[in-house]
Amino acid sequence: MSAGDVIRLSAAQLAEKLTAGELSSVEATQAYLDRIEAVEPRVNSYLHISKDALDTAAKVDSDRAAGEKLGPLAGVPIAIKDVLCTQDMPTTAGSRILEGWVPPYDATVVARLRRARLVPLGKTNMDEFAMGSSTEHSAYGPTRNPWDLDRIPGGSGGGSAAAIAAFQAPLALGSDTGGSIRQPGAVTGTVGMKPTYGGVSRYGAIALASSLDQVGPVTRTVLDAALLHDVIGGHDPRDSTSIPDAWPSFADAARRGAASGSLDGVRVGVVKELGGDGFQQGVSERFAQALEVMEKAGAQIVEVSAPHFTYAIAAYYLILPAEASSNLAKFDSVRFGMRVTPPGGGTVEDVMAATRELGFGPEVKRRVILGTYALSAGYYDAYYGSAQKVRTLIQRDFASAFEQADVLVSPAAPTTAFKLGEKLEDPLAMYLNDVTTIPANLAGVPGMSIPMGLAPEDGLPTGLQLMAPARADARLYEVGATVEALLEQSWGHSILSKVPALVGGDN
Amino acid sequence: MSEITTEQVAHLANLARIALTTEEIEKLTGELGVIIDSIATVSEVATPDVPATSHPIPMSNVFREDVVGATLTTEQAIAGAPEHDGSRFRVSAILGEEQ
Repeated sequence: MSAGDVIRLSAAQLAEKLTAGELSSVEATQAYLDRIEAVEPRVNSYLHISKDALDTAAKVDSDRAAGEKLGPLAGVPIAIKDVLCTQDMPTTAGSRILEGWVPPYDATVVARLRRARLVPLGKTNMDEFAMGSSTEHSAYGPTRNPWDLDRIPGGSGGGSAAAIAAFQAPLALGSDTGGSIRQPGAVTGTVGMKPTYGGVSRYGAIALASSLDQVGPVTRTVLDAALLHDVIGGHDPRDSTSIPDAWPSFADAARRGAASGSLDGVRVGVVKELGGDGFQQGVSERFAQALEVMEKAGAQIVEVSAPHFTYAIAAYYLILPAEASSNLAKFDSVRFGMRVTPPGGGTVEDVMAATRELGFGPEVKRRVILGTYALSAGYYDAYYGSAQKVRTLIQRDFASAFEQADVLVSPAAPTTAFKLGEKLEDPLAMYLNDVTTIPANLAGVPGMSIPMGLAPEDGLPTGLQLMAPARADARLYEVGATVEALLEQSWGHSILSKVPALVGGDN
Repeated sequence: MSEITTEQVAHLANLARIALTTEEIEKLTGELGVIIDSIATVSEVATPDVPATSHPIPMSNVFREDVVGATLTTEQAIAGAPEHDGSRFRVSAILGEEQ
């Protein structure tokens, strides 16, 4: 098997070959490291490449050869979003203020993937502190979309999504506060899953907005996402918002869904407010076709209304900055990260202010100031208090929609990937990219993005979002895997098989 | 248009401990005005009868046993600090001369 074939296997296929002894983890890891070296100068998905990957892989191979019982993804390489603490690699969250910082501990999700013997390849690029929808707010330069290098890969997790689409990793971890897993999935033709809030530990994930953040899988297939979710999910006593329930096997759910080929009896709710004006024509067309495919497979399509979703972005841009301005107060030049002493010295407050001025980029400053404003005496009730009420109304909209439908669907992003620089100077236009993904974060429900086909007008990927009630993540994997299989049958190929070559002789 | 002034932004920057430049304050003043006008729409539906939600999946009284868990050593805790004396974080003067 050539290295080019190895990197095109899904994680599930690669895992099978590793288990069967047809391929070693060292061979697979080397194939990915070579690929990263070849395309990284053009894509810029990674902020750091692990120096230990081959050693980690060799240890898995020798333990396997010694007959040790290993988990299903043992030996499979993985990329880790730079918002997650890693004891052996720098963790910057895309910010200058944390340049070179090596955390003294692993995030729980990282510890779990090490325990499951996955092979960390490196850390992926992101908008600074996960604030953005394009990865252009990274302090280390933007990541480029493998479908068109002049376009954005989505954000904040553009590095993870681009690494998957450019075959620089078979699996990646992301984090999703308002769409940072799902929107990059949509614009890169990959799969992204935001679990139920509390389904995956946030311990060691550098907090953006604590009541919205969730860590989740970024992959090429629904089954791969399910396999990774099985590894990272479940209760963590170190995260007091972690749900203590036992979870079913998501991989079993995905396999069931892929095998069934039928959506008989599944009620699919189309959210009226998450479409129409402001959605690119090709996105709307592909969405209509996806609905047809689902209906042909037996799904019952119902239109549902969620009237308060219209207010979701407004509520989100009050709640997020409020929480972020509090969370980012820890970057105070004392315990970690950079310190800038103003000319002539100064008090600790002067040093903090000078450090944060040079250490934070423009979007972080914008949101910290906005959050400080929203939390100010005299404005608190009108802004932050009202936003929390909207959150209640959105939860009620979901509750009534889920009385009429088993899953809700919408496009995962209103447009295909836009050009680098196009929305950088217009914060409001940038914020609108998350119009379809934000409601799930406000309500804590799970949301998944899967490829929905290429938009006819520009040949770029579109994404389908599926949402389920809180704790019904397995339903998303089951239905998601069915829809994925049905759509690929209707096209006759997977979307990623159409991603353009990035290097000579590559196809 | 909301009434955000440069003085207000300068005050917020001081509260947030970010030494913004004059140019940054001017640019942010315009941007914040536009953003706040847009997000102020939340008050249209936030009527007094609607309770507030702070947390998507409510959980209360999440406690653990009061025993020593796995913690960082002093060495680990100060390893990433810009300045330390071997066992403590070192900072600049807390008070200015006039205080």
